[in-house]
Amino acid sequence: MINKKVNSVQEALHDVQDNVTIMLGGFGLCGIPENSIAELVRKEVKNLTCISNNAGVDDFGLGLLLQKRQIKKMISSYVGENAEFESQMLSGELEVELVPQGTLAERCRAAQAGIPAFFTPAGYGTEVAIGKETREFNGKMHVMELAFKAEFSIVKAWKGDTAGNLIFKGTARNFNPAMAGAGKITIAEVEELVEAGTLDPNQIHIPGIFVQRIFQGEKYEKRIEKRTVRARN
Amino acid sequence: MLTKEDIAKRIAQELKDGYYVNLGIGIPTLVANYIPEGINVEIQSENGVLGMGPFPFEGEEDADIINAGKQTITTLAGASFFDSATSFGMIRGQHVDLTILGAMEVSEKGDIANWKIPGKMVKGMGGAMDLVASAENIIVAMMQVNKAGESKILKKCTLPLTGVGCVKKIVTELAVIEVTPKGFKLLERAPGISVEEIIASTEAELIIDGEIPEMKIN
Repeated sequence: MINKKVNSVQEALHDVQDNVTIMLGGFGLCGIPENSIAELVRKEVKNLTCISNNAGVDDFGLGLLLQKRQIKKMISSYVGENAEFESQMLSGELEVELVPQGTLAERCRAAQAGIPAFFTPAGYGTEVAIGKETREFNGKMHVMELAFKAEFSIVKAWKGDTAGNLIFKGTARNFNPAMAGAGKITIAEVEELVEAGTLDPNQIHIPGIFVQRIFQGEKYEKRIEKRTVRARN
Repeated sequence: MLTKEDIAKRIAQELKDGYYVNLGIGIPTLVANYIPEGINVEIQSENGVLGMGPFPFEGEEDADIINAGKQTITTLAGASFFDSATSFGMIRGQHVDLTILGAMEVSEKGDIANWKIPGKMVKGMGGAMDLVASAENIIVAMMQVNKAGESKILKKCTLPLTGVGCVKKIVTELAVIEVTPKGFKLLERAPGISVEEIIASTEAELIIDGEIPEMKIN
């Protein structure tokens, strides 16, 4: 067994420096690497390029890094719900690349799987396709999209073991599996870290080969963005 | 004139047994409340769940189980969770039978604009571009006119496009309109609304073929 365990978030993120590109898992505030984001804020690393489906809310998730102006560029599919983001984008302070959500996921997966580029119909005929190669397959037009390149992938899982194997829960899975192994170094934070051999190999969602460092997060707030309930009866 | 709930009820009549359906944010989400009896459909949410159920009871919300609108949800028997790349594989691979989404504008060629108002609103396209580029069957749920009273059903879209030549049908508070190779065709009118009223609030030409029946909403 190759041991991927590190003892703290500080150790896991020790070599994350200014000007790097980082992929971060999560959809809205669901399944985000909370402890790692807090550590990035504490480290005060700057000029980051962040690849993440969303940009958090004003005071949680990646919104915390935006507040401190640590992000130079965001690559996302949807950035509503964040006033700080909007003002930095409109003032030109923050560079933003909007990518269709399926293309975003596939650009992560392509990076993970060693595929440099792929064709997708998404965005054909729109401003997303401007400047990109297009090609017809089976009578339909497609746009060529490139795999992402990132120094780090930071993902969050429910359970993990010391070999780096990961299991996700519910819709907190989202972008995390496709980002694992997509960056040069993948850091996984988990709610529960167990000894290798404890988890059933049949139930592993992401094999440890895609993960370089794993640690158990100190605490998880798991903030709910839109609490919606129905009345009993 | 139909309420938003009525629009959802009318669209629910388009559901067929065995359909996998993706519902966008807004009116489309309401369609889940009016699935006709005897029809089994599974609702896909692009953040990674198939078999979405109703909102949870108070106190039973789980931060790890949400829909694409970031609302807490539950799952039904037979549900599954998956990652985003797999989710869009379902969409791009045309395994989802019907996509229902909102729009700011639709053109007579079936082009749709719903993600950006230059200089005013840029929230991003989310999954909309992937959905409209791949889905075979797309229904738009929206109001016939915008807040300024301008028609959203146009000869040509004025806003940045989300996709080209993809919308098949539109259901608004006034009418059901089909996108045909010859342009928009009026299929049904809302109860109490005349064909003239629909024409008056539509910028594009409408093909009117014979008597236009009134929608049936229960």
